[in-house]
Amino acid sequence: MTDAGGAAFAKGGREDPRKAGSGRAESAWGETSTWLDDWLAIQPDGAVLAFSGKVELGTGVKTALAQIVAEELDVPFESVRMVMGDTDLTPNEGFTAGSMTIQSTGTALRAAAAEARRALLELASDRLDAAVNELTVENGTIRIANHPDRSITYAEIMGGRRFNLQVTGQAPVKPPEAYRIVGVSVPRVDIPRIVSGEHVYIQDLVVPGMLHARLVRPPHLGSKLVNIDESSIRELPGPVQLVRHGNFIAVVSEREEHAIQAAHQLAVGWQMAGNLPGNQGLYDALRGQPAQERVLLDEGGVERALEGAARRLHAIYTQPYQAHASIGPSCAVADVRGDRATIWTATAGPHPLRDVLAQLAGMSPERVHLVNVEGAGGFGHNGADDAAADAVVLSKELGRPVRVQWSREDEFIWEPKGPAGVIEITGGLDETGQIVAWDYHLWSPTHVNRSPVAQFLPTSLLISGQTAPASPFAFGAERNARTNYSFSKQRVTLHYTSDSPLRTSAFRSLGGAENTFGNESFMDEMAAAAGLDPIEFRLRYLDDPRGRAVIQAAAERARWEPRPSPGLRRTGPEGAAIGRGMAYAQYENDQAIVASIAEVEVDLSSGAVRVTRFVVAQDCGLIINPDGVKNQIEGNVIQSLSRALKEEVRFDQDRITSVDWESYPILKFSEVPEVEIVLINRPDQRAVGVGEPATVTTAAAVANAIFDATGVRMRQIPFTPERVRAGIS
Amino acid sequence: MAGDLVINVNGKSHAVTAAPDTPLLYVLRNELGLHGPKYGCGLEQCGACMVLVGSEARNSCKLTVGEVGQAPVTTLEGLIENGELHPVQRAFIEEQAAQCGYCTGGMIIRATALLLQNPEPSDQKIRAALDGNLCRCGSHLRILRAVKRASELMWGDAQP
Repeated sequence: MTDAGGAAFAKGGREDPRKAGSGRAESAWGETSTWLDDWLAIQPDGAVLAFSGKVELGTGVKTALAQIVAEELDVPFESVRMVMGDTDLTPNEGFTAGSMTIQSTGTALRAAAAEARRALLELASDRLDAAVNELTVENGTIRIANHPDRSITYAEIMGGRRFNLQVTGQAPVKPPEAYRIVGVSVPRVDIPRIVSGEHVYIQDLVVPGMLHARLVRPPHLGSKLVNIDESSIRELPGPVQLVRHGNFIAVVSEREEHAIQAAHQLAVGWQMAGNLPGNQGLYDALRGQPAQERVLLDEGGVERALEGAARRLHAIYTQPYQAHASIGPSCAVADVRGDRATIWTATAGPHPLRDVLAQLAGMSPERVHLVNVEGAGGFGHNGADDAAADAVVLSKELGRPVRVQWSREDEFIWEPKGPAGVIEITGGLDETGQIVAWDYHLWSPTHVNRSPVAQFLPTSLLISGQTAPASPFAFGAERNARTNYSFSKQRVTLHYTSDSPLRTSAFRSLGGAENTFGNESFMDEMAAAAGLDPIEFRLRYLDDPRGRAVIQAAAERARWEPRPSPGLRRTGPEGAAIGRGMAYAQYENDQAIVASIAEVEVDLSSGAVRVTRFVVAQDCGLIINPDGVKNQIEGNVIQSLSRALKEEVRFDQDRITSVDWESYPILKFSEVPEVEIVLINRPDQRAVGVGEPATVTTAAAVANAIFDATGVRMRQIPFTPERVRAGIS
Repeated sequence: MAGDLVINVNGKSHAVTAAPDTPLLYVLRNELGLHGPKYGCGLEQCGACMVLVGSEARNSCKLTVGEVGQAPVTTLEGLIENGELHPVQRAFIEEQAAQCGYCTGGMIIRATALLLQNPEPSDQKIRAALDGNLCRCGSHLRILRAVKRASELMWGDAQP
């Protein structure tokens, strides 16, 4: 057995893992560690620290990861404390994105905990003078099975020492049937402190001596400063300091209210950019751009199959820009002094952002300590990283810790948007209603767009006065562009536009939502053309038994009556139109499987759509925490209903005009339907993430239900009353 | 003059240094260290900053300390009595009625005001009452269940 008697942990129970000698390959964009001490530490008091470079985004993943560790290590759940997203303490796991934390970190922590358990048993074997196979473990105590009085605890073996071991991946893991913590709805660890007001969000963080800053932004990145009247804030209470570099303007004060007042009152004139297409011209502008073509699938002979088809269908669907619209606008605190920096931020990518902000601060990454502090739910790449960049610039200039709080309007205008896109599908049916051709095209800017280079951060561009360069990325739009259906003669082509009128980046499910909206709406159009029940039609092309089971489970729960759409039913003689619609997808084609069924009521005079019931069946493999999964599904459904029914970032030639909750409304309590969930647990299958899958099927399920109710096909998100009414008349 | 203002928060008088036209939210957060009320919009559109003024739920992001005067203000923290969570807070834990939790404090305040006024509100009444409180994570259904549960916890024994 390796000597575990390494150095005792430094303050906080841990040394800088970068000195741990793990031999990890440092990379700017995420890495994994095979060094056990990078993942787990057992404290002298028996507490187990588990480390992850991922972060909690409000999904409950901190609780689920702690369950995995407690289970595999055989310790009480309460003794596990997750330490997440701190560049000095946790392994570099890149970004928390893509519903991957359970898959990647969960798997890594399970292997680490199994390795630790094996090592502890071997150490206990020496200490207790008994063979490993004579030992049992319960709640962090190892006993000789036949002499239960002879025992030793994990803390007694390890307390404060390092394992000095690699995670080999060879240590035996528990069979799922032995689980007693995983698979249970353990209450979330953070909710008690949330309801008491003690939970510290980034917006709540107080760093001694910090100044409060507000930004005074141009209407758009392309706008140029014409004049600034410093006297406009001279009479205000304060003192308020004005910081200006090019188009980057901030007001800073000891008191937050003084900074807010100054930001409101500072007289600044901007020259409008005037070069945006506005909502009206958006989709033509997108399709008119030079595009990088990427063929994801081409079975050959698609054109010929379309020519030979008995019926051809053609449809264009559009997805607008949408906002992450976090309830708490972005905030960050930076303390850049001398050759050291500490940055507190709600970023989803602590290590990658550290490296970018180190460039901005002009120092090497080792001198920058980045600490994740939770923010309001972000759902992808919102303003969090940029607020941190703002704070770095200001703290570096002023030599004091600076807290930057974005306003509501800052967040709406300056957060990167979920990309707009255009989908065009042509399909062919033969005489019997069988699909014989499927030609899918998507025009989209990149979904993933986090600058690895400081000079292209919006903060830097405001300072330099440059406009944003075209993104070097073309990624994320492929998600669910291909279906899981087996019909033949398919072609799927992406057209990555070279640029985007508005800055875009990752928003929950990336292309998954828009592609599934296109694919599953078009499947419904094909089913209607074939005169077949939408579920029966889909099942003809779906071989995967897990996928079929999910669809059938949803249909059963919804008491789906097989019949073709539209049904054109009414609540009464003069009543609203009622209908049902379904959609199915396997997230990223190999992750969680979802089937959604929406029931709607459409007011035929106003065009208003009310979703009255929403059923979701989901198979995410092994379920770690059933209530946590349900919480995520409910959240996905409600948010994606809001996106489908209401959300579109409005903009004109000069600027974004969706700047608050009135100009960017989201679903309210009175509009939220009951959500019924069927979970299909597959303990023998790998656990996959649930943070996004139930988002992707919603828009198509609702559009299909509107069609069933009214015969009107909604191909443009959001399905506003005006658009529905226009279709009816 | 700064320092002249005294406000009544969570059962105690506090002398504050802010000017009378300062929104209550910043005084609560920055002078009194009470972070239960959150900054969400500054426009009275989202409810994240809600506090009780008397028994009424009010957004605190535009309401000034001068306007509040001596009226009793209760924040999320002030609902806790002798270290015991308020029944509405307990109900939110029981129903696991949060995701990111940023809007939760405002929801709890609004629900408390509702239940003081209407001990057993219908589903429709709860939804109407909470329509001014926005949640981006989609915790609505759990919050609705939590408010119903809170009604039982608060009044369950007292109701005939």
